[in-house]
Amino acid sequence: MSWTLDNDRPIYLQLMERIQRDIIAGVYQPGDKLPSVRDLALEAAVNPNTMQKALSELERSGLVYSQRTSGRFITEDTEMLTQMKKELATEHIQEFFQKMEQLGFSRAELLTLVTKAAEGEN
Amino acid sequence: MDPILQCQSLTKEYNHFPALSDFSLTLERGQIVGLLGPSGSGKSTLIKLINGLLTPTSGKVLIDGMAPCTRTKEIVSYLPERTYLNDWMKVREIIAYFDDFYANFVKERALEMLERLGISPDARLRTLSKGSREKVQLILVMSRDADLYILDEPIGGVDPAARQYILSTILSNYNENATILLSTHLIAEIENILDRVLFLQNGQLILNHSVDEIRFQQKKSIDTLFREVFQC
Repeated sequence: MSWTLDNDRPIYLQLMERIQRDIIAGVYQPGDKLPSVRDLALEAAVNPNTMQKALSELERSGLVYSQRTSGRFITEDTEMLTQMKKELATEHIQEFFQKMEQLGFSRAELLTLVTKAAEGEN
Repeated sequence: MDPILQCQSLTKEYNHFPALSDFSLTLERGQIVGLLGPSGSGKSTLIKLINGLLTPTSGKVLIDGMAPCTRTKEIVSYLPERTYLNDWMKVREIIAYFDDFYANFVKERALEMLERLGISPDARLRTLSKGSREKVQLILVMSRDADLYILDEPIGGVDPAARQYILSTILSNYNENATILLSTHLIAEIENILDRVLFLQNGQLILNHSVDEIRFQQKKSIDTLFREVFQC
């Protein structure tokens, strides 16, 4: 099954986001070896050069590191992973706020709604 | 090292009608390139010129620095839009034939792909469905260790599920130094595997960009851009 990609944004960015998400979600554990570029490209059904670019960018961000002969590994810097998880959560929350504001909810109303939803009421 | 493909002011006229005019292009190694354009834009003419099936009216085609000849046919693996295989032959016989014919044919790879697609090597081509025949042909072409693969409409005749398999066949069989030039009308289905796209219109190259550059600058897919550029 290939990965779901939007068709109006650069592909390598979406590949980066997807791998980042998989790392944060624990699909890949800190210190794990990533599959090869070719295998990842096949899995995603994208061009290997594009996958290569996504991985190089992730390397630059420090999330993965490469060992010359043995491949690419997930960072063992758990602090960095926690930080990244927080950032991603903040992004999602901002997005949620924006959408709710478009629907005309105030922050206070929203909080009540969210609390209720979390408690399992409607 | 010479670029894998160079076209220099390439022109082909049929009875003074220019099918391709003053077409210049350089393709480097290690990329998958989509050749896109409406019917009659010159895609097949270009492909035939590269394969030496047509001679240019003027201009030059160079493959790895050489004009099309026996030597370039060794390094170019070509999937024509129509089948040329003898349909009375068994798949196994055709594979033996290719193995004989091309030094860079990898028989094991062909047999393995056939097996994965559930096509029996003992079937006669005639008894296979149109889709299976197209798969056999693509398998033959992708089982060669070529420098340049030219695929004319490789996914046109097969169902959507098999298309996915064919695309992954293309992805998994090409090596990093090879270049693939493929023409298709099914842009949405292949754009994720392309590095670069070429748009042809009335025999001229009107766009030559990387896919991510286009998506980044125009914020739209190649499919959408194509529909806009070639709106009827």
